Amino acid sequence: MNMLAKATEITRPLLDSKVLSSGTRSLGVPGRLARGLGWFGIALGVLELVGSKRLARALGMRGYEGLIRGYGVREIASGVVTLSVNPAAGIISRVAGDGLDILTLLAAPQQGNAKRGNVRLALLAVVGVTVLDVICQKALADRHARSRGPVRDYSDRSGFPNGLSGAGAVARTGS
Amino acid sequence: MKALTWHGKGDIRCDTVPDPRIEHPRDAIIKVSSCAICGSDLHLLNGVIPTMKSGDIVGHECMGEVVEVGAENKKLKVGDRVVVPFTIACGECFFCLKGAFSGCERSNPNKSMAEKLWGHSPGGLFGYSHLLGGYSGGQAEYVRVPYADVGPIVVPEGLTDDQVLFLSDIFPTGYMGAEFCDIKGGETIAIWGCGPVGQMAIRSAFLLGAERVIAIDTVPERLVMARAAGAETLDFHEVDVYDEIQKLTKGRGADACIDAVGTEADATASFDSVLDRIKTATFMGTDRPHVLRQAIHCCRNFGVVSVIGVYGGFLDKIPFGSAINRGLTFRMAQTPVQRYLPLLLERIEKGQIDPSFVITHRATLEEGPELYKTFRDKKDGCIKVVLTP
Repeated sequence: MNMLAKATEITRPLLDSKVLSSGTRSLGVPGRLARGLGWFGIALGVLELVGSKRLARALGMRGYEGLIRGYGVREIASGVVTLSVNPAAGIISRVAGDGLDILTLLAAPQQGNAKRGNVRLALLAVVGVTVLDVICQKALADRHARSRGPVRDYSDRSGFPNGLSGAGAVARTGS
Repeated sequence: MKALTWHGKGDIRCDTVPDPRIEHPRDAIIKVSSCAICGSDLHLLNGVIPTMKSGDIVGHECMGEVVEVGAENKKLKVGDRVVVPFTIACGECFFCLKGAFSGCERSNPNKSMAEKLWGHSPGGLFGYSHLLGGYSGGQAEYVRVPYADVGPIVVPEGLTDDQVLFLSDIFPTGYMGAEFCDIKGGETIAIWGCGPVGQMAIRSAFLLGAERVIAIDTVPERLVMARAAGAETLDFHEVDVYDEIQKLTKGRGADACIDAVGTEADATASFDSVLDRIKTATFMGTDRPHVLRQAIHCCRNFGVVSVIGVYGGFLDKIPFGSAINRGLTFRMAQTPVQRYLPLLLERIEKGQIDPSFVITHRATLEEGPELYKTFRDKKDGCIKVVLTP
């Protein structure tokens, strides 16, 4: 089999896959932002999964390790969806997750929490990411949404130069 | 030269790449005058076709002028205007001699890779992954055509690019899908997918003598275009397709069903569509075969299920029990385009059909990446894009 493949090596383009310079591209800024957010979500999710104890300690939230690991799984799942062909669903799930994160941080113990500063910092970071997520979601929707305007009229495009009856005649007579 | 190249999921670019050159005496170099974005190119854009490499030139529907021919190529000469079939075939092997050009034994240099996945390798295709040869595609200013003494057909004078460009793929594919249905006259054919291939299948079914065509989609412009050819249409978001086909066929089912959708069926059409989407997103499935399942259910006993939409891997939950107990016939193929070219060219010349009806958008190569998105998102009534280098 390999011999046949080698014998037909003549069919392989020698100059293939050498890009000299790049021009326009289909992946717009919203798509690239979504991709970045998807990878960020996966990285954060892994961090929450494997470093839940440290995170809990840093935020003064001992006893919440299980919740942090759960959020890690959520981040990874939404990251995978965000990296898929249709990132909009992933970004929407990220926005929902951001809301949960914010609520959780707001509910974190404040009185007597020596790590209050870290909690505020985390809150600030989550709000920042939420803003990015919302911007990305809006941009993706604008870029990909199918317009709801009037339907283009293709009713004159039968493809049969002699009309539908002509097509029927072709079928009956063969010419 | 300029060419559209693949750089990962969602990322098609218009790059500058080296000009192709003759690599084998049977080759020809074509200066592309028109090329088109095919529905199956969207599978590349969406990253569902494996073994693509960054920088691969895409596109498998093209035509143009011969500017250089290899020493052994006696069929073409410089200046000929040709349409290039998307399937590459040597013309001499066991399958080519049977007319099954898309099964060519010699045109896929990476056949061992394909054999691991599919058991046996099909022939090579232009611009459609290294699994299928790694050939540079035709969405470019120039394209090298291997075995150019077999594939390309010389266009007679008087026919425009728009009339003949689709001989490269979608017209023969749609025609083959209808031909698979064994239409003798008076049949009811149900066709899923009113994209470019589906539109060609609708018209081909009528040309072959179908009495009724039921066309299924959800994009308004596509349904309008299907009705323009005389099809009855069903919007799968508005009605239950099975129930409607039952009603329209007095409970018997369609005589034949054509799946012109393939692996990326709408993810919201039904519960199984949603499950398919989840499975493919989480790498637990390779394809989304909702349409194939529905086509099987909607086909009458001893009818034909014709599959011309592209699938790539291992399909889940196919109701094979329904198929075997009711005697269905399955027919499918990557189109052996070369076999259909003379017949379909003659139909165009005789004015029986003008495939240019399907063109809705035109652009330059530089605008190609944006048009990929427009076509994928079905925006602006986009059904078929023709690019002019």
